[in-house]
Amino acid sequence: MIAYALIFATGCFTLGLLMNLYRLASGPRAADRILALDTMVINLIALVVLYGIWIGSQTFFEASMLIAMVGFVSTVAYCRFVLRGNIIE
Amino acid sequence: MHLYAEIAVSFFLVVSGIFGLVGSWGLIRLKSTLQRLHGPTKATTLGVGGALIASMLYFAFVKNSLSFHELLITIFLFLTAPVTANFIAKAFMLHHVREEELPETETEGGWGGYHDPVGAVRHEVSTKKPE
Repeated sequence: MIAYALIFATGCFTLGLLMNLYRLASGPRAADRILALDTMVINLIALVVLYGIWIGSQTFFEASMLIAMVGFVSTVAYCRFVLRGNIIE
Repeated sequence: MHLYAEIAVSFFLVVSGIFGLVGSWGLIRLKSTLQRLHGPTKATTLGVGGALIASMLYFAFVKNSLSFHELLITIFLFLTAPVTANFIAKAFMLHHVREEELPETETEGGWGGYHDPVGAVRHEVSTKKPE
């Protein structure tokens, strides 16, 4: 039963990644593209966690934590660049 | 016990998948940029939270090894999602919303992003190379 639920959840998040890719490519404004990148990072964390459940290993939590931190910092840096034209003042 | 744990893990997995899909669908379905901000920042974060809870339950009850790493990631994501949403909204507003369209703030400083804070000194960054 868990296997079917895993396949369903993985399919959902993969489909979500494709939708984010569409918005990343066609977003009319810079804010749309930043938002799409941020959502892609979040979906990627979910995929890594689901893969960890699939192979029954707990070694992927450090990886997903690192991805979360790098995604947050990169989103903030991109927004600062759009806001102020400069990342570290 | 094992069956109940499997049912709970599967329930959380399915719910997380649906939430993640709804968030990403909202990203391409909604019309304006500030509307699009709602889908990913709320629904997708909840979806990842569901997946992490499912992972925690799975390792606790099926693999018999309890761990709290997932709660750490959940808390981190729930703390950072509003911050990124605020930043993206400000970046959008600065370029596409004029200050006259916004309501009064009733404070000295005005809207953040359009003005520097009261008492702040702005250091101009020179783009010229030193001689």
